[in-house]
Amino acid sequence: MLLIQCPHCGDRNSDEFTFNGEIVPRPDADADPATWRRYLYMKSNGDGWQTERWFHVSGCRRFLRVERNLDTNEIRDVRDYGDPS
Amino acid sequence: MSDVKRPRYSAWKLLTQGFSKKPWPKVWEHHELQSSYDVVIIGGGVHGLATAYYLARNHGITNVAVLEKFYIGSGGSGRNTAIVRSNYLTPEGSRFYDRSVKLYEHLAQDLNFNVMFEQRGHMTLAHSDSSLRTMRWRAEVNKLEGINSEVITPSEIKKLAPFLDITDHPRYPIHGALWHPPGGIIRHDAVVWGYARAAAALGTHIHQDTELTAIDVDSGRVIGVQTSRGPIATRVVINCTAGWASLISAMAGVTLPITTRPLQAAVTEPVKKFLHPVIVSGSLHTYVSQTSRGELVFGASVDPFASYSTRGSLEFTTGLATHVLELMPAISNMRLLRQWAGLCDMTPDFGPIIGPTPADGFYVDVGWGTYGFKAGPVAGESVADMIANGQPGRLIEPFGLDRFEKGTLTAEKGAAAVGH
Repeated sequence: MLLIQCPHCGDRNSDEFTFNGEIVPRPDADADPATWRRYLYMKSNGDGWQTERWFHVSGCRRFLRVERNLDTNEIRDVRDYGDPS
Repeated sequence: MSDVKRPRYSAWKLLTQGFSKKPWPKVWEHHELQSSYDVVIIGGGVHGLATAYYLARNHGITNVAVLEKFYIGSGGSGRNTAIVRSNYLTPEGSRFYDRSVKLYEHLAQDLNFNVMFEQRGHMTLAHSDSSLRTMRWRAEVNKLEGINSEVITPSEIKKLAPFLDITDHPRYPIHGALWHPPGGIIRHDAVVWGYARAAAALGTHIHQDTELTAIDVDSGRVIGVQTSRGPIATRVVINCTAGWASLISAMAGVTLPITTRPLQAAVTEPVKKFLHPVIVSGSLHTYVSQTSRGELVFGASVDPFASYSTRGSLEFTTGLATHVLELMPAISNMRLLRQWAGLCDMTPDFGPIIGPTPADGFYVDVGWGTYGFKAGPVAGESVADMIANGQPGRLIEPFGLDRFEKGTLTAEKGAAAVGH
């Protein structure tokens, strides 16, 4: 079980959330199709700490920015997606 | 073809060796790491070892090293649920996996090693009209490729698997199924050992306990690798890993469209034989088969988030029990013996990635999601062919890395992780 400390709802089981994956910077609107496809598909998929997006679908329904270790699943920071990181 | 004499196994040999009370001879020798190899294969699983075997057998390329950081078959090859089938949804997928089933059918003879392939039939249940429609679609695609695959009714299902509940009582009643007689189960460890033994006999060096630490690239070309046992000069490196495919490709400066997710599986105590075919339910995220020893082996879809951790979760076991009991209420008193997880490299279109990369001399055979084991022989054969001929063959052409930039994805929704 993964416990996510939602800034709005407190400690909740990860079952309440949907995982949206690692955060990749979005290209400019006028970028070429190849750049957009790279943005859509290519992932660094590294080990260790990753900043990722989760959606609290069965809770406050807010998007969250989560820092999680992919080797151990330890979570060290959770904040609202809109908050400055 | 190498002239190394391969020890033959036979019933007579088993008898005489058994009575002699002497230990069996070593299956392959330990080698020192050479300073250079023609080809270096990363990963001693079914893909890496099959590639080495077909490079040697079909193309006479034997100056090859297989690097394995732990022991052979310790990754995905020893963690999957050992199901083999070819009833995929896309023509390119069905064609590809069908070649694998064909290779598996005579693999025991080819390798002189009993891989215990049992073609018991593979049944994918449909719990709704829309999934029945997908089954019909898959059956028609399969038939066009010459694959034995048909939609069957609940009464036919009951004859093949009497313990399934085909009433309308469950939350997801069974409406029909896709029936694929050539599908079945195999002993996955034996496949790994068989390929390793055959490849070693042809001259390949298998280096266990040897971890890759870096890939040397000079002006866009691979020139060698660094390992925990020293450097190797080589101009061809093939990444045949699962779980660490992105991390190893990053060593060569190559980014992949992969997200690694754990997939959990579990096994029960052994009971008397009652389940012959392999049963799969996409809607209930589970597949089950009974091994020759009598244990039920269950697999699920991938975990709901990316991770490199193979730790099991309670959510998996409770979800599994709920779903399996919907299918077979009679097994409610059986106990789970253990659960484990393997790492699945998921791609956006549920197709593998096989072929050259932007780094010259660095090839990938990765992105095997939930379908890597069943593809081992055909991937090995195709990758060996690509290395020998310098370009990908017809079977693997649709699975190149460049499809993600071109936008020509495969959309393989017949994969195990996909709900229909």
